[in-house]
Amino acid sequence: MPEPRRAGNGGGPEQRKAVVIEARGLKKHFEAGGEVFAVDGVDFATREGEYLVLLGPSGCGKTTLLRMLAGLEEPTEGEILIGGHVVNGLPPRARQIAMVFQSYALYPHKTVLQNIVFPLKAEKMDKKERRAKAQWAAELLGIGDLLNRKPRHLSGGERQRVALARALVRDPSVFLLDEPLSNLDAKLRTSARNELRMFQERLGTTTIYVTHDQVEAMGLGDRIAVMYEGKVRQMGPPEEVYEHPADTFVATFLGSPPMNLVDRGDHLLGFRPESLLPAELVPGDGSRTIMSLRVSRLEYLGGERHVHGIVSGIAGETLVIARLPAGVDTRVDPGETYEFAVQERDLRFFDGATGARTDPRPVRA
Amino acid sequence: MAGLSLKRAAVTAGRRSLGDREGLLAPLFLLPAVIYIFALVAVPFVLAIGFSFSDVTAGDPSFDWVGLDNYRAIFDDPVFWRSLRNTFVLTGVSMVLVVVLAKALALILVADFRGKWLVRLLVLLPWTTPISLAAVAWLWMLDSIFSPIDWVLRSLGLIESNTFWLGKPDLAMASVIAVQTWRIVPLAAVIIMAGLISLPKEVDDAARVDGAGFWRKLWEITIPLMLPVIAVAALFGAILTFTDMTVVYVLTRGGPNNATQVLSSWAYFKGIEGGSLAQGAAVALFLFPLLLAAAIAILRLVRRMRVS
Repeated sequence: MPEPRRAGNGGGPEQRKAVVIEARGLKKHFEAGGEVFAVDGVDFATREGEYLVLLGPSGCGKTTLLRMLAGLEEPTEGEILIGGHVVNGLPPRARQIAMVFQSYALYPHKTVLQNIVFPLKAEKMDKKERRAKAQWAAELLGIGDLLNRKPRHLSGGERQRVALARALVRDPSVFLLDEPLSNLDAKLRTSARNELRMFQERLGTTTIYVTHDQVEAMGLGDRIAVMYEGKVRQMGPPEEVYEHPADTFVATFLGSPPMNLVDRGDHLLGFRPESLLPAELVPGDGSRTIMSLRVSRLEYLGGERHVHGIVSGIAGETLVIARLPAGVDTRVDPGETYEFAVQERDLRFFDGATGARTDPRPVRA
Repeated sequence: MAGLSLKRAAVTAGRRSLGDREGLLAPLFLLPAVIYIFALVAVPFVLAIGFSFSDVTAGDPSFDWVGLDNYRAIFDDPVFWRSLRNTFVLTGVSMVLVVVLAKALALILVADFRGKWLVRLLVLLPWTTPISLAAVAWLWMLDSIFSPIDWVLRSLGLIESNTFWLGKPDLAMASVIAVQTWRIVPLAAVIIMAGLISLPKEVDDAARVDGAGFWRKLWEITIPLMLPVIAVAALFGAILTFTDMTVVYVLTRGGPNNATQVLSSWAYFKGIEGGSLAQGAAVALFLFPLLLAAAIAILRLVRRMRVS
């Protein structure tokens, strides 16, 4: 498990105190044509200075959870603790948090500078001091020369930086980020992701980041909390949630293409597409599971090939996908049947009824 | 296959219905609007301009050119200047009141609370009442003997004798302003409410997270963002007030002693009741430049809203 990254020991204005944010039995109940729990009993605690990603499909309650942490929504049940204090009922401004919204929510009638100093004005900081602070934040984010522009004259990436600068100036103890990259085009998103991560490492501020994009989640998070239908299904470092999914939802939500699941009556057998390879490439006679794969379709994706086919020999016929990296040049043709294999250690087992992870079962009948 | 679709295209082209002929439909559908604007806006407007340079009266409709005589006559008439001033005072003061009250009402209209439908209904009610009926009701409210307002004030011990709301020049003007405000506020509140609803929710959330309280949010975020909408509401209200004569006509007939006379009522008294169509037209034409300016301002604001 990786240690949460902290800011360097350099001190200076960038040194933040890292704070723990905690949710206990958090529920949010909406009444929209029947009772709906948007968030249905969430417990978690961040570590100091941690980058925690809330990952889930749309409608899973991750944004509602974030808004409750921010104080924009009141929980129906449960407690929120920031730095050890219960903050339920406190307005956003009393919570020492800063939030970056999906749309950035810049004030369109204010210049970049006025946007950045707005939180400081609300704190009644004096004019010279807040100007200096805004300058510092703007320089840090590389938007020092845009201070007199209006948001509508900025590009998406620049707007995102202004939103970050506005969040940064008030020395929050927690950053809450709600899909801050989703309005950027794909090319910019990768570099913005790196910058976001480097930026947080430098500040060492505890950050909670909401996204539906698993690549962002895997790349950014110290830990990932996978949410579905208002509940956290699994929380752990990226490697753990990917390699050892707690249930079939996590198994199929993460990974592209998702984990193959083969129904074997009382349990499901799971293996990642990249673990399913032509048998001659999978060493170890005793520790591998061989299955025959009738190839139905082949997708050539440049760096890799996706082989769609129907496996038999381990259960009833099931459609699966194998992912062959560029180095594998075994000839595979649609319509033919080949021997494929998976290493025993790459097999995962899930309960047939609940979908939860279970102990390994013998694969051969 | 290509042959088949080609054939089908040929068949449908042969049976082009009226609905397909946009070249014909467009003018056809535009025609009623064009006729309406021409017959009921352009013709009377040109007539009014013509009348204002003539000696046409109700008794003698024959047209004789008199040049600027009518304008000279009304410029020499102190009542005209009084009416002009009153029109501006009425419009200006009532619009300031309308904007403040409508903004507050709009906040109430969008708020979520028990029984909000009743409050919304009550807010909108003045707008649904025909203005002449509402003005008659106000006439009784402000009556010199039976005024319930006076009755309440007397019961509270605030006044000793009746106020004569419509009998004293300043009070009469204040009464006209109050009724006009009462009438325009619901319209302005609904326009401003629409603007409030269309404000991006996340901007409001951001202001809350950034630590702004109610008043800071109102003054620094909500009002600046809504300025174009508020301006449109105020301009609509201003046009309705500027051109309205019902309230003045029913409440005071311009009195006492022309203290509440406005351009539109003065034009009416001159032109229709006094029979001097030419002078009435000349007075009424003074409404035109201001209405034109207001209309241009509205169109520009609406365009700005669309751009941003």
